[in-house]
Amino acid sequence: MTNHWIDYKNSDVIMNIGGNTAENHPISMKWVERARAERGAKLITVDPRITRTAAVADLHVPIRPGTNIAYLGGLINYILQNELYQKEYVQHYTNATYLINEGFSFDEETGLFSGAQDDAARNAKKYDTSSWQYQRDVEGNILKDPTMQHPNCVLQLMKKFYAKYSLDKVSKVTGCPQETLEESYKLFSSTGQPGKAGNILYAMGITQFTHGAQNVRAIAVVQLLLGNMGIPGGGVNAQRGQSNVQGSTDMAILYHILPGYLGAPRAALHPTLADYNERETPASGWWVNKPKYLVSMLKAFWGNNATRANDFCYDYLPKLDQRDHSHIAMYKYMGEGEIEGMICWADNPAVTGPSAGHKRHYQANLKWLVSVDIFENETASFWKAPGTNPADIQTEVFLLPATCSFERDGTKANSGRWIQWQWKAQDPPGECKSDLQVVYELFKKLQEVYAGGSGAFPDPIVKMKWDYGKDEDESQVDVVKVCLELNGYNTADQSLVTNFVSLQDDGSTACGNWLYSGYYNNLENPACKSRIRETEGIGSNLGWSFAWPLNRRIVYNRCSADPAGKPWNPELQVFWWDEEGKLVKNLDIPDWPGSWSFEEVAQFPFIMLPEGHGRLFAVAGVSDGPLPAHYEPAESPVPNLFYPRATFNPVSQRFYEEHLAETDEDRARYPYIMSTYRVTEHYQSGIVTRNMPWLNELMPELFIEIDEELAAELNIYNGDTVIIESKRLFKNGEQSGIEAKACITKRLKPMVINGQKKHIVGMPFHWGFMGMAKGAITNDLSPSVGDANTTIPEYKAFLCNIKRKGA
Amino acid sequence: MKLSRRSFLKLTGTAAAAATLTSLSLQGDKKAEASYQPIRLHYAREVPTICTFCGVGCGILCYVRDGVVVNTEGDPDHPINEGTLCSKGSSIINISYIYDEKGKPKLNPNRLTKPLYRAPGSDRWEEKDWDWMLDTIVQRIKDTRDRSFEEKDANGVTVNRTQAIAWLGSAFCTNEENYLFHKMARAMGVINIDHCARL
Repeated sequence: MTNHWIDYKNSDVIMNIGGNTAENHPISMKWVERARAERGAKLITVDPRITRTAAVADLHVPIRPGTNIAYLGGLINYILQNELYQKEYVQHYTNATYLINEGFSFDEETGLFSGAQDDAARNAKKYDTSSWQYQRDVEGNILKDPTMQHPNCVLQLMKKFYAKYSLDKVSKVTGCPQETLEESYKLFSSTGQPGKAGNILYAMGITQFTHGAQNVRAIAVVQLLLGNMGIPGGGVNAQRGQSNVQGSTDMAILYHILPGYLGAPRAALHPTLADYNERETPASGWWVNKPKYLVSMLKAFWGNNATRANDFCYDYLPKLDQRDHSHIAMYKYMGEGEIEGMICWADNPAVTGPSAGHKRHYQANLKWLVSVDIFENETASFWKAPGTNPADIQTEVFLLPATCSFERDGTKANSGRWIQWQWKAQDPPGECKSDLQVVYELFKKLQEVYAGGSGAFPDPIVKMKWDYGKDEDESQVDVVKVCLELNGYNTADQSLVTNFVSLQDDGSTACGNWLYSGYYNNLENPACKSRIRETEGIGSNLGWSFAWPLNRRIVYNRCSADPAGKPWNPELQVFWWDEEGKLVKNLDIPDWPGSWSFEEVAQFPFIMLPEGHGRLFAVAGVSDGPLPAHYEPAESPVPNLFYPRATFNPVSQRFYEEHLAETDEDRARYPYIMSTYRVTEHYQSGIVTRNMPWLNELMPELFIEIDEELAAELNIYNGDTVIIESKRLFKNGEQSGIEAKACITKRLKPMVINGQKKHIVGMPFHWGFMGMAKGAITNDLSPSVGDANTTIPEYKAFLCNIKRKGA
Repeated sequence: MKLSRRSFLKLTGTAAAAATLTSLSLQGDKKAEASYQPIRLHYAREVPTICTFCGVGCGILCYVRDGVVVNTEGDPDHPINEGTLCSKGSSIINISYIYDEKGKPKLNPNRLTKPLYRAPGSDRWEEKDWDWMLDTIVQRIKDTRDRSFEEKDANGVTVNRTQAIAWLGSAFCTNEENYLFHKMARAMGVINIDHCARL
């Protein structure tokens, strides 16, 4: 999130799109309701279903799954055509005035931007982005048109690009009536008035698409146009589904990054530290500090062994090849026999991965599997899956008993980036150990077996700094020692750094993750344990926990005031400057370097970007286009009405194309659009909540939501067992399916897409074959296709067939 | 009978106090509150924790007696949830304890409490001790890593990696745990790293 949960109370209009706040982040709904009660705020819910959030919204906008960009593109077009954007904000804080190269173009037939090339390695397209760049003068300065009239300035290019996203066209694509679209557009764009705050909340209903990153981009574009970034009550707010998914991402449990969002080094681009720094460090913006963060991380990793002479052990970091190593790809390599061992901490991909039945099958190729969990999960026990003969599976499995949250100390980062301490309340049962203790012991043992010098290149292991034992008992891990390393310290005297501003690239500082620097910078009263609640202010609660970066609660917050320093909304003022431009009062941590002058700050409000201005037009950072364009999901019942020769996102990650329903015959066989989702009473793969009797009583079994008309057509009644089929469930040439209870509902309605009636069905995915409550695995149905940038799977829109069991 | 939400949660969620409370007459909320508050202070220590489920980050108070969590409830001092919790957060104690027919707490029988090993081709788990498990895992890691390790790629670039091991971390784990996961995985040369953030 750019903002945080409590800040919702400062919003005037809240749009919940591709998320279900009331269901999946229930307690945050109180802040939505507070805004409505105290400010008269309006709530718009954009969702195919009448969800629990939609049920209480001022306006429900039903759209077909997979058409978010059509909907948001329509909103962008409405804002631009009616000149409802926040003009002063757009002119000063975004790249709307920037001129783009003359060579930039977009082909409305094929749906391809200029620079499209074949990517033979993966049977897809890729882009040469040189034509997407800014025009520059001979000295390298970016050319701009402050009047925003030049035909190649970003604002005019956007006007042209989104002209096609008319109410009529968007209605035909999304299935939403024009009147509803227009009402929602009018209401949300009312926040383009200076002093009004519009907030967009989203979740996996935005991200889990082959165009998921561009969905998020479309939200960001809307928020920049309306002047809603960096202000109280505004923002692009990803409502995250797990207690520490923000933190696990910050810590880079992802192949492509190192802690703190430093790109993982690639063999082809970064053979040496010098190459890395040269290619990855921009000439301007906050990321000029990247070499300091990388070197400090290397010092935290390899301690005194990391010296300037050996490039701080840069060679020890594994270098990526050019392949994808995310979930789908990883399991593909497993299926091909390339991966022989897997270590899995509190994860259950045998239930949550796409085409999960295939994935469980691939796991049989593992020689060994380690699973660390509090309950026996389906991933560790894949050899017990229905229809499996354990004798056929030669995988050795090690299942280690872990501790639950209140049985261990440590921090978790919530969606608002608040890093909060969770105190241990009791010892775990039996022989359970915390994951921290397990990884501590495991790596110590690995260091021991490599210590003799035998085996492949032992240095990165044996030389790694791993001194986290308690002073009184070295066999037990001391979590505070890990915290101190994450916070960072001066290597000469081990004194803690105050925050990342002190970090250096000469080896004089060590810091595991620069973003966390400051969260534990003293032993007596570390910020992450602070529990001082705000009594007056705008809800920042600066004394409660620590928000990265630097305890800042609203990022880009210079944008809360105009260039002269006057707040857009005097009632929600964040900063006060005196006549000399000196900051005299602040209700949030400023998002600019303290050394910059007042004028410099106003000219560079987006400090993470080299150009310092919010990107309406993305010259870098996205692989599938500088402007979000509508593409159909990989499996869609209709053609692309915007771009007739395009269908799905041409840059998206496609695996197992033989398992995708893409022909007319397939579409006839699997005529219904499936969208998967979560319910309040269960959590992700369900392996925790399905072992909690109170929750099983509330939500006992897997179901499928079916609209009344389709149910009548298929002769399905409430409570009937329904068989659901997809192209992933073909076994030995025969179609198979999974079973779920029918839930006939008014929450879903048939939609008319370009004149044709289409039905949408929906299923949660929390069940599996282990635990106290069991059920079929919904993800056996979903396809292994992913977003062009992230390879997040497309769980939210794919094709299926349903029938009553016995029919 | 009229109960405030907070006292209702306490009553339904507090098995250890149930024996005492069942004898109370719950005729009016004042009486229930008045009877309850001293008991709570008397019997347990409050330990604040953070809910383990979604990303809102609600505060939960654990009531601990003799080293055992006997009740959990929303932390009224927490600025985000202000004492409220959803159905999952309200049930968090179920992860460790469930209740028998008489309302007495017992360890959740499905909690794993011992390391378990499944041999190739076997149809059952065997209990093993921690040392054997960790020593054996380390041997498996070393064997796989040693056979698959690439010091240089086809272009002669130093890559120091293994493609034969996959590592999945977790959004259920703390920052400190995930940080050590990252360190260990990279030290081993692992590049197949992912977790549920992408799912």
